[in-house]
Amino acid sequence: MMTEELCTRCGFVPAFDLPAPTRQVTGGFCGDLLSWAMGRAGEGSAWCTVMGSINAVAVASLADTAVLVLCHSAVLMDDAKQRALQQGINVVLTDLPEFEAAAAIAKQLGL
Amino acid sequence: MASESEPICLHYEVPGNDFTRAGEASADLKARLKALGFPSAAVRRAAIALYEGEINLAIHAHGGHINVSVTPQRIDMLLWDEGPGIADIPLAMSEGYSTAPDEVRSLGFGAGMGLPNMKKYTDEFELTSTVGVGTRIAMAVYVS
Repeated sequence: MMTEELCTRCGFVPAFDLPAPTRQVTGGFCGDLLSWAMGRAGEGSAWCTVMGSINAVAVASLADTAVLVLCHSAVLMDDAKQRALQQGINVVLTDLPEFEAAAAIAKQLGL
Repeated sequence: MASESEPICLHYEVPGNDFTRAGEASADLKARLKALGFPSAAVRRAAIALYEGEINLAIHAHGGHINVSVTPQRIDMLLWDEGPGIADIPLAMSEGYSTAPDEVRSLGFGAGMGLPNMKKYTDEFELTSTVGVGTRIAMAVYVS
């Protein structure tokens, strides 16, 4: 499913105009430890986290996740937003906890 | 892709304790490899391994140096520093072991997965270290 469609169905709010709205989402990952995410988040996954830092954006880029889902109303830092725009990283916001956000994603993906 | 006879050589300097800049080398390498047409799996593995190395240099070694050599067959990455060194390498290589301070953990680092990830995502991994002198890591990712 495309990122934009998935996020609309789940009620996630884009942090800015999604730079890659048609990127296919193929799975999900939850976690806040960056090396853990780096090693285990699959390519094309929706990564649910509360880490809105520039380093989280770097990990999302390097791990090739489809979209960074900032849960629990976590804040996307200004420098992280700039880096995400530069690198074409999709970032969306939700007040849902990570578990519930992941459950919504899984339901939409039929997982 | 890079020519067989002339590897593409890159050099990066990583500043210590600057987590906003750590990641610039791996981002640059990823962009270059993608532009050169390398397979995405090899690009991803090299970029992840190098990012972990950059973070380790910033956290533990007060910064360091990176040389990368790219040929169509392989991506070689050499990282070295003049930091405190590693006293117990097998322990440092075990998943979950970390000496990162609390302020670094609060940024999401320090999970103790850096060195294991570097080994996991590369085809060759060699770490040598002398306490009080520094650490040297040579990694390679095979392209095909």
